[in-house]
Amino acid sequence: MTTGSSSNTGPTHKLVEAGITLLIALFGVIVIAGSLKAGINWGAEGPRAGFFPFYIGIFIVASSAVNLWNGLREDDGRLFAEWGQLRQVMSVVIPTAIYVGAMPFTGLYVASIFFIAWFMRWLGKYPWLTVLAVALGMPIVTYFIFERWFMVPLPKGPVEEWLDL
Amino acid sequence: MEELVNLFHGFAVALQPFNIMVMVVGIVLGVLIGVLPGLGGANGVAILLPLTFSMSPTSAIIMLSCIYWGALFGGAITSILFNIPGEPWSVATTFDGYPMAQKGKAGEALTAAFTSSFVGALFAVVMITLVAPLVASFALQFGPAEKFAVYFLAFCSFVGLSKEPPFKTIAAMMIGFALAAVGLDSITGQLRLTFGMTHLLNGFDFLIAVIGLFGIGEILLTMEEGLAFRGGNAKINLRVVLQTWKELPAYWITSLRSCLIGCWMGVTPAGATPASFMSYGIAKRVAKKGNNFGKGEIEGVVAPETAAHAAGTAALLPMLSLGVPGSPTAAVLLGGLLIWGLQPGPMLFVEQKEFVWGLIASMYLGNIVGLLVVLTCVPVFAAILRVPFSIIAPLILVLCAIGAYSVHSSTFDVVLMLVFGVIGYLLKKANYPLAPLVLAIVLGDKAEEAFRQSLLGSQGSLGIFFSNTLVSSIMVLGLIALFWSAIQQGYTRLRGATA
Repeated sequence: MTTGSSSNTGPTHKLVEAGITLLIALFGVIVIAGSLKAGINWGAEGPRAGFFPFYIGIFIVASSAVNLWNGLREDDGRLFAEWGQLRQVMSVVIPTAIYVGAMPFTGLYVASIFFIAWFMRWLGKYPWLTVLAVALGMPIVTYFIFERWFMVPLPKGPVEEWLDL
Repeated sequence: MEELVNLFHGFAVALQPFNIMVMVVGIVLGVLIGVLPGLGGANGVAILLPLTFSMSPTSAIIMLSCIYWGALFGGAITSILFNIPGEPWSVATTFDGYPMAQKGKAGEALTAAFTSSFVGALFAVVMITLVAPLVASFALQFGPAEKFAVYFLAFCSFVGLSKEPPFKTIAAMMIGFALAAVGLDSITGQLRLTFGMTHLLNGFDFLIAVIGLFGIGEILLTMEEGLAFRGGNAKINLRVVLQTWKELPAYWITSLRSCLIGCWMGVTPAGATPASFMSYGIAKRVAKKGNNFGKGEIEGVVAPETAAHAAGTAALLPMLSLGVPGSPTAAVLLGGLLIWGLQPGPMLFVEQKEFVWGLIASMYLGNIVGLLVVLTCVPVFAAILRVPFSIIAPLILVLCAIGAYSVHSSTFDVVLMLVFGVIGYLLKKANYPLAPLVLAIVLGDKAEEAFRQSLLGSQGSLGIFFSNTLVSSIMVLGLIALFWSAIQQGYTRLRGATA
């Protein structure tokens, strides 16, 4: 699957997996800490709120330790992904993050129009006419299906207010 | 036969014009979901769940379950025509389906796949009809300890049967349990694990997790691979269909075996994906033309498709009768029941007869409708696949956002969805299974409640889980499932030593 020789490098699978495992273990530690705060012993009404999650947290940390050990033992030099591939992934994650972040202020419709247009224009290199047709068409169809037929309200911003939708 | 009467009542419910319409809409949407990358059964149903809030629960579950059947059918289309499994359970279908299509036998392969799917589903539905009421009436006697034992068995089967490393399965599952525990504790009413964040008061909704983990995560994986669709044309006409149907009965043993594998794997929450691989593997070993498998053998399409569909359908049996879903999609359906105000589990068969039997009847009808829809509309669905990913991807992302928002009308949930998406991508790449994580979020509160109530009854002694024959046998089954791969390894080593 490796085509371009320039993009054949990337983080190794071993390294990234170890990182993920450590993050999971950290999550386990947070769960344990939170459970201790809620109380893990027996109260008047039986086991207290932190009782069950405390052991869950222990399980997370313990299984992560095994996973870390197993992960570090095998060394096949496999890449997690090439840098070029990760760039592709980030080219979706970053705009989506902006889209999601803008939604409370602009409403869903306006944000969607810009998001779809950006995606099609920059990643798909489509002519502007196609871009506009899809970017405007999809939110309009969504409006009718969700708000009109199924009566599910979606987030709106100043533009929708101005249009009185 | 009280069940038969109930089933006929169910058919009367399912055959109402509105429900028939809902069924067709569900199937078409489902096939679309199955065909499109990034939209799977579980998150497709999750996204569309809010649309059903205004419907009656029976119509709602008919629509959502039909989306599920449609997705099961749809996965085969992409596997055969494009060598791209639309769903994980159709990976095994590509082994022989795609070579058949390359030989110009796409029509035969598709017909065989759809027909096998139908047979598998029908077998599983008949089993549900016969077995589910019995299981439910049996389960009515369960106390908290037995309930916990059933959850224990379900989660242990995941560890023992999944192809991912067992400790990764355990880690994924426990993350799910931890996420389920966040927020208000249902027994003491105390807040926990919120760390003062008001957004976390109500905990994590599993629908958001499903949409993020499966939907966004899948899109990111697809982006990384830089998918381009290249595929043969779908020509399917009546002559090809009839000709293939004449051929298929010869493979009845394979069919029956795959049905049984599927049902077994579906009821224990191993799910459709391992069922299809296992069925394919066994068929390859047993079949006369086993050496030709992988080069375009029709039997190699029949085996995985039958098993996948049987498993997908059978996954609803424990969901309906015990309240323990057998697959992520069944888990989403179970979440739907809770939202519509129904309590899944054995009481459903007593209190909500119309709902349960309407659903079961709709499974028969939905699969017939599904078979007709896919056989007649394959070219249309194949054409949709030719729409480039750079158009499909943003539309799916927007749909995911809409789905995530409309669960609680909260934009914070949309942010969470993206976070879950990135987590899903990383976990999937690092070989962590996502299904147990989602199931644990769904069942976490119930499992914990059963566990704590049992301990209350026994004053904290774990002996309660081995206090009578019923509960101890379920627990022992669970332990066997938990150590299944170790037991298997030991057995092979033992045999190797004696031979």
